[in-house]
This record gives sequence, structure tokens and C-alpha cells, in this order.
Amino acid sequence: MKVIQKLGILLFLVGLTVFTAMPFLGNYTLTEDLVLANTKDIHQEKMAEILSPMFGETYTSNFSFIAAFKENFNSYNDPLKEESKWDEVIWDDYSFPLAQASVASPVRDNPWLFMVLSLGIAILGGLMYNLPKYREEPAGIKNNGIFHSSMKNRGWMGMITGAYLILFYIILYWFPAYIVNQVWMMTPLSMILSGNPASQWFLYGTIYTLAITVMGVRMFRKYRGNKYQQLRTASVMFFQTAFAFLIPEILVLLNQPYFDFKNIWPLDYDFFYDYQIDTFLSSGGVGMFMLIWGILLIVIGVPAFTYFFGKRWYCSWVCGCGGLAETLGDPYRQLSDKSLKAWKFERVIIHSVLVLAVVMTALTIANYFSGFALLGSATNQLHSFYGFAIGSVFAGVVGTGFYPFMGNRVWCRFGCPLAAYLGMVQRFKSRFRITTNGGQCISCGNCSTHCEMGIDVRWYAQRGQEIVRSSCVGCGVCSSVCPRGVLNLENGPEKNRINEMPIIIGNDSIKIHA
Amino acid sequence: MSSNRHVVIIGNGIAGITCARQLRKLDEQVRITVISGESTYFFSRTALMYVFMGHMKFEHTQPYENWFWEKNRIELKEGWVKTIDFTAKNLLFQSGENTNYDELVIATGSKPNKFGWPGQDLQGVQGLYSKQDLELMEENTQEGVQRAVIVGGGLIGIEMSEMLAYKKIPVTFLVRETGFWDNVLPKEESELVGRHMREHHIDLRLNEELDEIISGPNARVKAVRTKGGEEILCQFVGLTAGVTPSIDFLRNTELEVNRGVKVDFGFQTNIPNVYSIGDCAEFHEVPAPDRKSVEQVWYTGRMHGETLGYILAGKKVSYKPGVWFNSAKFLDIEYQTYGTVPAKWDSEKIKSFYWEHAGGKVCFRMLMDPQGRILGINNLGFRLRHEFFDLAIREKWDGAKVISKLDKANFDPEFFAPFYIEIQKAYKGQFGGDVKISKKTFIQKLFGASV
Repeated sequence: MKVIQKLGILLFLVGLTVFTAMPFLGNYTLTEDLVLANTKDIHQEKMAEILSPMFGETYTSNFSFIAAFKENFNSYNDPLKEESKWDEVIWDDYSFPLAQASVASPVRDNPWLFMVLSLGIAILGGLMYNLPKYREEPAGIKNNGIFHSSMKNRGWMGMITGAYLILFYIILYWFPAYIVNQVWMMTPLSMILSGNPASQWFLYGTIYTLAITVMGVRMFRKYRGNKYQQLRTASVMFFQTAFAFLIPEILVLLNQPYFDFKNIWPLDYDFFYDYQIDTFLSSGGVGMFMLIWGILLIVIGVPAFTYFFGKRWYCSWVCGCGGLAETLGDPYRQLSDKSLKAWKFERVIIHSVLVLAVVMTALTIANYFSGFALLGSATNQLHSFYGFAIGSVFAGVVGTGFYPFMGNRVWCRFGCPLAAYLGMVQRFKSRFRITTNGGQCISCGNCSTHCEMGIDVRWYAQRGQEIVRSSCVGCGVCSSVCPRGVLNLENGPEKNRINEMPIIIGNDSIKIHA
Repeated sequence: MSSNRHVVIIGNGIAGITCARQLRKLDEQVRITVISGESTYFFSRTALMYVFMGHMKFEHTQPYENWFWEKNRIELKEGWVKTIDFTAKNLLFQSGENTNYDELVIATGSKPNKFGWPGQDLQGVQGLYSKQDLELMEENTQEGVQRAVIVGGGLIGIEMSEMLAYKKIPVTFLVRETGFWDNVLPKEESELVGRHMREHHIDLRLNEELDEIISGPNARVKAVRTKGGEEILCQFVGLTAGVTPSIDFLRNTELEVNRGVKVDFGFQTNIPNVYSIGDCAEFHEVPAPDRKSVEQVWYTGRMHGETLGYILAGKKVSYKPGVWFNSAKFLDIEYQTYGTVPAKWDSEKIKSFYWEHAGGKVCFRMLMDPQGRILGINNLGFRLRHEFFDLAIREKWDGAKVISKLDKANFDPEFFAPFYIEIQKAYKGQFGGDVKISKKTFIQKLFGASV
């Protein structure tokens, strides 16, 4: 490894360390004014009373501050819960805004400096590591040493990386009060883009986009000489940066609803939630356009594009989850389970999630139009359940945190309801297939090994059969790694696309079915 | 035909396994046993190099999951066959066990050629064919190898150099002939591959032959001496001068053998109910004018197995291969061939069209008969469609027609450079005639796909 690459890794680790150390910086001091400023009107008085023992007290760590907050808050809430006085219980979690308001830290004072020291240094390190890759080698895909690597073959490095990612997601979703410093760090950038202070979601969106960008550069290096891989990587980088990251923020700056134009229900599961619908309907022409655009994507965009190009047009060219999987997750693609058993689980789980999403949405819409007479606030419980189990645990913690354990498409393969919908169209009404080149397959297994969706591509290729599978995201890596030029992603006539009894070209001895 | 007969197949390579699977598809009843001493489960021999280089784990080279065999009632027996009693229809294993058969299929494959070079059995000297060879190579290259020498200019040799390159071991590659694999590749193709090998820092020595492998202490290789008298210090020697049928245990029995087990086009040996397929079978006469009597290619093994499966199921068929095809990968450059393209030809009787990209890594050759009809093609560095050329060669299309439709033959991924347009232009320039030159597609123009 070149010196510059080693230095790159070092810098990346420095950046990561600074980022990881940030929650441990600063003091937390709560005052009555802060409580009044950061709680809802109806809770202001009560919260100020509950938290009064904390006022003026300086807590030297987020742990002690949050512990004190919880102690005071629970001593109020818990008895009420025991007595089933549900009306008096305070359901809102104020730990994040209050921790954020109370903190005095070098990060809050110097956000740009810390952004450079953490994200900046990490990006620089990542680029220094990725850019010189394969520089002195002729173009060609090198999967050398993947299964000898501790990072890429579930060794200790992979385990640590997975554990870190899982921890990050758990804190992000359920304990954001611990990362208020990182949110402060993002505030100036957020102010520029949207005119609003940062939330933990802005922090997440920024890191997500940077990860796709830096690891996208790695893809450019790894797949040199392969236009298909390079173009689709450029595409996911573009859609993430422009559509998922910048445009929604700029919309907010322009006083329009926050909206990701490429996110499609049911992946975008809250698209039809009552507050979303209210937002669309109350935002004039732009809001109405967003609502209609979103519906058109569902009813026309998905079937039409998938008919012509297969679900790849979305999953490996546009989607944000796909974008992260194809860039940050690419080093782990070979860890997906190819067994028949895994395929059986996959079909049951992903279609169950789709059914759940559809039922939830149908109930939500029915409830909305009945003026909440039908189910009252019951749909809210359903939403929290779905948001927790599917939106956060499955898509986030498992979806990304499990990259180093189960491959980079765990969510897309087992959980994504939109992938299930796209997949049905792809399986039954599409021009897309992976063509097998006659009898040229040597059953080597590179295609199956490197299939991130766990499709046993070789099973089809070695019997001369075209590959038509609902789960295929069309990443094209099977074709790229095939040493004999056997596989090609193609759009063509539907006739003979699915052939259960293929004939392997080259042997005239037998006339099959004769 | 008795339905509870016992078919025993010795060898679980592509030939033996294809035969077993095909037979099971056609016959629910027959008892099938596949014997292998190499590995319990079928694996793809061609993928061994990828295991070495960490692209895959050994289990990934196994095309079927382990439950597959029991589900399809194909019994797997691990062990080496020592002798066969053809009269009693009984196999004796090295372990002392034995098994009866009603019908026997010999599919024992090949072993690396060794031509009696002095020192060929030293430690650190080996071929690469079996799983055991792979394990040995991992052991032999574990440490202390400053240089390796590969002897013999064929496919396994270049695979071995790629494997050694993964371990950052410099390779000297001795090729007896004037070009790499030049008994198969025409001069230009051979040179193209040679250049690419040198680009990968392989020290390719043409017209250089092994004289002796010199031993160091502990009977380990220390150096090789070439016929030219040069001594090359090395700690590893790869012997890759082709393979030969692995039938030593069958010699001096009543079974008729020559280089391989002699068979007819029904894979029948001289002994009734004994068949042989794959690398180890030798036909009495060549199956087609452009083919050899011993076919040692993955694809022919598969076809042998497929055909014998039909025969054992009682179908009246005999081996009739179609249009020849083959493929390989030389480091980063893929190679495909369809039809007949020998290394050399009589230019009176055969017309050759050759195009090479300016970058020197992509080329296309088409041979035609004097009437201009296609005989075969070679393509390196890009992909062409098997189905297209199978039809064109079978129907003896005119060269101009093949070239005009070359866009239909293209098998490169979307957005790749349209080499076929350059090939069409070159052909028109060279041969004239009624050649239609394809237009760039909208997408190709949009993304500036250029050759």
C-alpha cells in the first residue's frame, strides 16, 4: 500500500475519532428560560416545575445531565402511569432539545472547526485512500483478497465496523440527546441551506451523502473500464446529493414543504400520513404538485420504467438506500446468503412488509377521509409501530448496521416494500432480464458470490437460462465479474424471456423435448 | 433395462456430475453413485484460482448446495478407486471397501503433464489441476518465495501467474514456442496476450525451454536451468505444459486404453456396460474435423456427460457436437471463440479478416472460406453472442452479412464502446462488399461512447 493511502486511513481514523469523541465534550447547564423556550406551551409550566432541581446545576457530561433529566422527569411521569392517569402523562421527549439548549462546548462555539476536524479530515482521508487505488494496474475488476480480508469477510474489523454502525443508528433514532454536539456542528451549514438550525436528521443526511460520495469515488476506481458501473454510480451520487440532500433543504429555505422528489411510497411510508397530506394541501400549487407527482410515480412511474428497464432504474440508479448499498456497502456485497432457504425467507418477509405498508396506508387514508371517525387515533399507534419496527430497526439498524455481517442489501432484499412492488412488475411484466450467453458458463461461481441480492445467478447461467428474478436490482456486477463474458443485462421482447426448459447451445447429440 | 440397476460414476467433475444429473432427470428409479477421492461435493475446477486469490471461498465453487444430492438421490462416495474387477463388476477402493455396479462410467479427468524433467518431483514444483493441487500451492507459496517460474504456455500457466501475482511473487514464464499459446492462438492474438502479460510485469520468455530443475537443501527447488543455459533462481515452479488423462489405475487391465480410455461415439468402451466421458475419454476417431480425439475442455466434458445421461436412460443418441466454442480469460482480457479458427492456415484456402483496436487490447478475427463464408471467429477484450455465431456458422453466412449484423452479436454491457462499428468500417475497407455500418444508438451518443 502506498504511503499516501496509509496516511489516508490514518486521517480517516483521526476524523472518525474526533467525531466519536464529540459527545464527551462540554458542560450542560439548564435554566428555567431554556425549559420555557424549548417545550410546548401546554408543558412549559409543568416541565419547569419538574426540572427545577436541575436549574443552575452544571453537569460535566451528557451522561450525568441525561441521567438527572430522566430521574426528575420519570419521578413525575412514572407515578401517573402507574395510576393510569394517561391525560396527565407527558408523552413528549424533551431530552434532545433541552440537552441541545443546555450544552456549552467547544463544538458549539466552533462548529466549522469541528466539522473540518471530523468530517473534513475523514473525507480527505477517504479520498486519499480511494483515489490512488489500482493506479499502477491495468484496468480490470480486482476482487483480490476479499475473502482474506478481516474487514470484508466477517473478521474482527468487520465486526467492529458493524457494531459501530449499529450503535450509531441506535443513538441517532432513540438517544439523540447524546449527540447534540454533532448537531450543533451541523447548524451553520443547515442555516445556509435551509435557513433553519440542524436536527439530527440533517446530521444523518449529510454523513449519508458524504459516504455515498467518498465511496462512490472508490467505485470509480474499482470499476475502471466499466462504463455501466461508473454511470450508475455517478447516478446514485447525483440523486442522493441533489434530490435527497440539497433540494429538500432549499425547498424549506423557500418556505415550501420538505420533499424528496425521488422517494416513492411505500418506501416513503409516511407519504399518505395525515400530516403529510395536510402539508401538501396547505402549500398551494407546489404542495399539490408534490402530491400529484408522488402519486404519479407510484401508479405510472414505477410500472412504466420497470417495464422498460427493470427495477434497476430505481434500485441501483436512483434510490438513496440503494445508493448507500452500492457505494459504502459494495465491499460487503459478497456476504449475502445465497441459499435456497434464504430465498424462501426473503419472499415471505419482504411481501409481509409490503402487505403491512399497504394495509397501514389504506387504513390511514380511510381514516383521514372519514374525518378520523373510523379509527380515531389508532392509526397513530400503527404509524409508530411501523416507524419503529420497519422504518428504524429494519431499514436503519439492520439495513445498514448489518452490512458487514449479511451483505449490503439486507433491507432492499428482505424488507423494502417498494422493492417488493418493483419486483413484482419486474418478474411478471418487464422487458428486463439477464441474458446467459449460450453455453459459455463454466460454473465458477463469481456471479453468485458477488450478487448482493443473494441470487444464485450461476444456477441459471450454467443451464443456459435467462435470469428473471424479482429481487434483481440490476447492479450488473455479475456481468462485470464473469470471466467468460456470459452474463449481460438486457431489455428486450417479453417473448421467451422466461424459459424453464432451456437448451444449452453447442451439443447436437440430443434434441431436447424431441 | 432393469429399473433398479446401479450406475456408478467414478469422478465428480463436470462430466460425471452432468451425466448423473441428466440420468436422474430421465430415470426416477435408477440407483446412482458418484465416487470421488478429491472432494465430496462437485466443485468448479476452473474456479480454483479464484479461491487462491480470495475472490471466493472454496464453498462458493460448489454449484449445488449440499442438500441437492440427497434430494435428487445421487449417492456421493468419498474415496479413491484402486482396482476394477470388470468380470465381477466390482470396484475396490484404496480403503479396502468395495462396491458392485451394473453400469460403470469412468470420468476421472486429467492430471498435469510431466515430461520427465530432472527435478520435476522436488518440493515446490507442482501443476495445478485438483483441489489438492490448490492446497499444495497455498502451502508452497506461504512464505519465502522470491520468484516463481512457470513452464508451459497455456491457460493454466497464465492462471498460475495471476495467482502468484496476487501474492506479489514475481513470475518468469517459460514458453517453448514463439508465442503464448501459439498452438491455439494465431500470431496477432498471441502477441496481444503476450503484451498484456508483460503489462502485468510477467517476465515472459518465448522460445525458452526448461532443461533442469535444480534442488536446494531439503529436496526443495532452488533454481531452474533453461535449455539456453540460463539459471533462474526460484523457490516455486509451476508445471503447466498441458494435461493428460488420469487413468493410471486402468492401464494393463482388459480395458482398452491409449492416451485415454478408448470409446466410440456412444462413450462405450471395449467392455460392455463400461463407459468413459470427459477429459479421460479418447474417441476412436475425431468427433468432427476441427476436433481432437481427446477433448479436455469444460464444455466438452459437460456435453459428454449430458449425452451419456441420455444413453444410460435408454435413448438412442450418439455424441454429435455442434459448432465449436471456447472461452478463457487472460488476466484482464477475455477471450471467446466460435467455430474453427486454427493457429495457422493456408492463405490460399482461407481468408482472414483481423481487426485490432488502437489500444492493443481488443481484437476480432474472422476466418472465411474462399467463397467468403464464415468459418469461425476469435474475439478478445469484448464479448460476442454465442447464439448469433452458432447460427451464422451453422448456416455458413457470408462474411459481409455477419459483419453487417455485428451489432446484433454484441454482448458487451450497455454504454460500452461500440467496437462493432469500427470492425464494420475496417471490414468494408479491406473486403469491400455489401457491408452495412451500424449507427451509434442515442444512448451511445448521449454518453459519448467512443471506441
